[in-house]
Amino acid sequence: MNEISEEKVNQTYKRLNKFAESKAYHLNPDIDFTKDLIRSLLINQERYGYWACPCRLASGKREEDKDIICPCVYRDPDLDEYGSCYCALYVSKDIKEGKKQAEPIPDRRPLKQ
Amino acid sequence: MIKIEEIDGEDKGKIMLYALSTCVWCKKTKKLLDKLSVKYSFLYVDLLKDDDKDKIIKEIRKFNPRCSFPTVVINNEKVIAGFKEEEIKEALEI
Repeated sequence: MNEISEEKVNQTYKRLNKFAESKAYHLNPDIDFTKDLIRSLLINQERYGYWACPCRLASGKREEDKDIICPCVYRDPDLDEYGSCYCALYVSKDIKEGKKQAEPIPDRRPLKQ
Repeated sequence: MIKIEEIDGEDKGKIMLYALSTCVWCKKTKKLLDKLSVKYSFLYVDLLKDDDKDKIIKEIRKFNPRCSFPTVVINNEKVIAGFKEEEIKEALEI
């Protein structure tokens, strides 16, 4: 596995945070947790060529994984129902402000037969 | 040959953690098991070769049809899907 530099993680974090806030989304305020996820997204970029969700097993085929490319298609319904997305990179305003904690949530991705 | 990592600690039964190397909830689960100082085995499924991966996915599905991560299997019967600290402690009687 290629090492992702701290600098690259920090740069990506800043860029993503700015972009998310401009669209009224919020990244998880637990900086270490969020940077770990961003490092994983950068690993998946190198491994698969796209930002596959770090908490789901990607097939490596873009067509099969397109629903779990971050931000995944389940982010908005998960934010509405649980206050965070499946991996908890994106969280609600309440979680961002520390009024609530991000918890693991069930995966709403339909089961593949 | 699938290399399952073994972590030494107190023997609380056969504990198997199926994880993804990129998953932060898996990392939390692993840290919890480390903190509890129990003996366990773990496998990063995303790092396996394709044919090994298929084999392990089938194995995980027997316990957790969704094949989500982390999946903790205790003594081949108790299955805990997701980072559920209290449930894991309870299952291990800690």
